[in-house]
Amino acid sequence: MSTVVFEVFRRERAGAPMQHAGSIVAPDARFAEVYAREQYGRRGESTALWLVPREAVDEIEDFVDEFDLKYRRVDGYSIKERLKEARERAGAAAPRAG
Amino acid sequence: MNERVQLLLALADDELILGWRNSEWTGIAPSLEEDVAFSSIAQNEIGHARALYELAARELGTDADALAFDRSLDEYRSAPLVELRRLEWARTIARHWLYETADAIRLEALRASDDPELAGIAAKIDREEVYHRIHAEMWVDRLLGSDEGRPRLDEALGELWPYALGVLDEELRPELVRRVEAKLGRTMSDVEPVARGTHEAELAELLHEMTMVRRSAPAGARW
Repeated sequence: MSTVVFEVFRRERAGAPMQHAGSIVAPDARFAEVYAREQYGRRGESTALWLVPREAVDEIEDFVDEFDLKYRRVDGYSIKERLKEARERAGAAAPRAG
Repeated sequence: MNERVQLLLALADDELILGWRNSEWTGIAPSLEEDVAFSSIAQNEIGHARALYELAARELGTDADALAFDRSLDEYRSAPLVELRRLEWARTIARHWLYETADAIRLEALRASDDPELAGIAAKIDREEVYHRIHAEMWVDRLLGSDEGRPRLDEALGELWPYALGVLDEELRPELVRRVEAKLGRTMSDVEPVARGTHEAELAELLHEMTMVRRSAPAGARW
């Protein structure tokens, strides 16, 4: 039996974003819909589902960061180490008063 | 026992026994997804049985568990179709589809009943049965569309047809014939229905297994 993998996205409540829930292996879209309903919706855990054939997903997984531009990252970057280094440099040049 | 209670018990027994039979696929269905889906359908059927037993229990002054588990074999009112043990996928799908088609006809009649409680529970049950029918029809189409599936399904439908007719009262049977023939695009044979009132030999074994835990517990045990 040939099968298709469908990626399933689920909305937990009105207004919430669609989030990836998992995948379904099914012979075709009709089976996938029935299976997704049972697997991701029967306990009232979803208000909506999206089913996307994995084939239809454009995947990008090459992200270069050759110049260490950490400040552009969404999670920010830790300044702890850099601050410590800067303090050490400053301390060596001119000890803090007091 | 009045006619209303008998009707409720017939419906409840059908759903309980079929739910049990369908649950025999849990863990061994053709695919993991099907396992989840078919087990879920089985649980729904048992849930319907409980709701129906509760209505009957109120009139009989007992409870749903007592009706489900404590009656003797000859007190069950299930149709022989649901009692058959056919752990073969084409037969399971044939039975599932024939039952759901017959059940839809029965529920439509009940929804038009002038007993508001019966009409209400039939409507409520039918809102879940819609998805069982979608599941059954999708499988029937799939099996009919393959060289291996079609003869297997046809053979199973031939075997189960007299049993399917027996699920319904006489006046509703022509509608089942009409729907089954419309779907399959051929004439079904004119056979004597295997009607409610007798039981298949497999039912005894099923009841023995189904009531095992209940019988092993001391009277009055709470769960």
